[in-house]
Amino acid sequence: MTTMSEATTDAPAAGEDAMSRSTLYKGRAARWMVRHPAVFPFVLLVLIGLVVGTINPFFWQLANLFDILRAAVVPGLLALGVLVVLAAGGLDVSFTAIAALVMYPVAVFVSGSAPDLGIAPILLMGAVAGGLLGTVNGILVNVLKAPALIITIGTQYAFRGLLLTFVGTALFTNIPASMTRFGQLALFRGTTQSGLNVALPAFVLVFLAAAVVTWLVLNRTLIGRAIYAVGGSSDIAARLGYNVSRVHLFVFAWAGMLAGVAGIMHVTANRLANPFDLAGTELSVIAAVILGGARITGGTGTVLGTVMGTLVITLINNVLILVGVPSNWQTAILGAFILLAGLFYARLDRLAAGR
Amino acid sequence: MHHRSLDPQLLFLLFVNAAVVVAAMVLTGPEFTSAYNFQSMASQVPELGLLALGVMLAMISGNGGIDLSGIALANLAGIVGYQIAVATVDPSVAPLSYILVFSCGALLIGVIGGAINGALIGYAGVTSIIATLGTQLFFTGVAVGLTGGSAQMLGYIPMFDSFGNVPVMGIPLTFALFIIIALAVAAMLKFTKFGTHLFLMGSNAKAAYFAGIPVRSVLFRTFFLSGILASVAGIVIAARTSSVKWDYGTSYVLAAILIAVMAGVRPQGGYGRVVCVVLSASALQLLSSLFNFMALSNFFRDFAWGVLLLMFLAFSRFDYRTWLPMRRPS
Repeated sequence: MTTMSEATTDAPAAGEDAMSRSTLYKGRAARWMVRHPAVFPFVLLVLIGLVVGTINPFFWQLANLFDILRAAVVPGLLALGVLVVLAAGGLDVSFTAIAALVMYPVAVFVSGSAPDLGIAPILLMGAVAGGLLGTVNGILVNVLKAPALIITIGTQYAFRGLLLTFVGTALFTNIPASMTRFGQLALFRGTTQSGLNVALPAFVLVFLAAAVVTWLVLNRTLIGRAIYAVGGSSDIAARLGYNVSRVHLFVFAWAGMLAGVAGIMHVTANRLANPFDLAGTELSVIAAVILGGARITGGTGTVLGTVMGTLVITLINNVLILVGVPSNWQTAILGAFILLAGLFYARLDRLAAGR
Repeated sequence: MHHRSLDPQLLFLLFVNAAVVVAAMVLTGPEFTSAYNFQSMASQVPELGLLALGVMLAMISGNGGIDLSGIALANLAGIVGYQIAVATVDPSVAPLSYILVFSCGALLIGVIGGAINGALIGYAGVTSIIATLGTQLFFTGVAVGLTGGSAQMLGYIPMFDSFGNVPVMGIPLTFALFIIIALAVAAMLKFTKFGTHLFLMGSNAKAAYFAGIPVRSVLFRTFFLSGILASVAGIVIAARTSSVKWDYGTSYVLAAILIAVMAGVRPQGGYGRVVCVVLSASALQLLSSLFNFMALSNFFRDFAWGVLLLMFLAFSRFDYRTWLPMRRPS
């Protein structure tokens, strides 16, 4: 970073002093933004909140805010997994297929064979099954040496096809009692002036816990250091003695584990298991992580940024209707947001590099 | 790069095509090899083949280049072309100008969409994955917004329908169009400066930049071309199905990548052959028809495509390693 800023200061000729100073300041501001990636999604969050809240005051109702938090849990868990893979320089698009391939058989199996099982062992089953499927991705990335995007497109179709061909396509509503109970458990319950019952579901804590643990892994462990090192440059990381294959295995297993948990949470929140669910939401989850400042080129990304990014995407998906945007146009607006974020970060990177 | 016309990949693909036909004859009986079935298969190849050519160009450009927006742009092109045509021409009075307005409208959307992708990737420096993920959602979203999510019926226009569905001298016209476009792309890659620049850039972007190759403009033109190919695919789809819809061919994103990878296009950039893409598209179509004949579900087909993609990645890796040392001395 410092060597780059020196390069920008001595490059321009003497006559262009004022201009070089402005580029210098721009570069500094850009580098500050790069170091604090949560700022951009946070500003977006505040802006959207202010605009939507002004147009339609219902936005600020507790019921609406709780709904948004509730809707952020599953994409948030998935996004944390994508963050870890992106930080290591890979990309995963198979996580929704993993979530579906975990949630459906687990729900069917538990309600058929052990209907009294508690929520903790069910979550554990989801985490282990998801982790194993993620490990398959990791092994394939290590063995095939092709871009992770292409490999996980392959596993996405394989996992989804496996579920729909050999496991089942029917809606499953007879889910275990412990999942139903956990889905209805509330941290906070109240009644609004209009007599509406509002509740903050307790499963929001699962997202919080996953975020804290992922933060600890990325920032307080050796494997976390290794992830960012491999993501920055896998060649240099390998020469420094990092085991690149092991990092790949770990990040894809971690993403798979979080996807498994997300699948279980999806069933818990909806009280039914639909094998067709979640497919097609990959892009908005990846968008959330990109909005949160993680680069597709690897080596960057923070948990706080990802959480902010998830909230922005959930907000866009949930509040456009409040300001009178027809639901038919929501996908286009989401796409425009991804493009804007892509443009913003591409510009930021050029500024930070002093170009 | 081009000096061996019968490389192992080409022979292998010819073998796969033949093997699937033989397997189909054994498994399903003689209807599979009837002229009718071959015509029906040939008329289904172009839409995917055109998208796969776009993916091939993006992959050759290197640096993880990929175009994920192809089918979204194809559908949007069909929808906008239809809306322009319906608003300006009465198909029962002037069918030919209706078709022309439709096609020009669709091509225009391909030009605009391709230019957006090209500008984002070439000039704004957005990674191709992010840019085309974003435009994929954006194009799909605009298509949903314009139609409210329902299919748009073009109506039965004899001339257009026969372009899509009636073979001339035994050859479906859409297939002939596909072959002509494939030949044009192959010639462009082989004989133009752009083609040379594209391969050099894909092999080593940094070296290409310092050798004075206009990297940004080459990237722009690559994705621009891919967009135009996608809109032609949109026209072919409309001709074949007499309708346009935002979610037609949702599995084509994978299938187009699968065709490119099966054709030996290197996902890391710098290598790809048009003839292999055509053969790879036909192999996939043969296989798809075989699954249909055997009454296997679409879910199983998706499963098979995913597994095939991984298998071919494994194969190309094996292949790549074994013949790399042989090429070193020359």
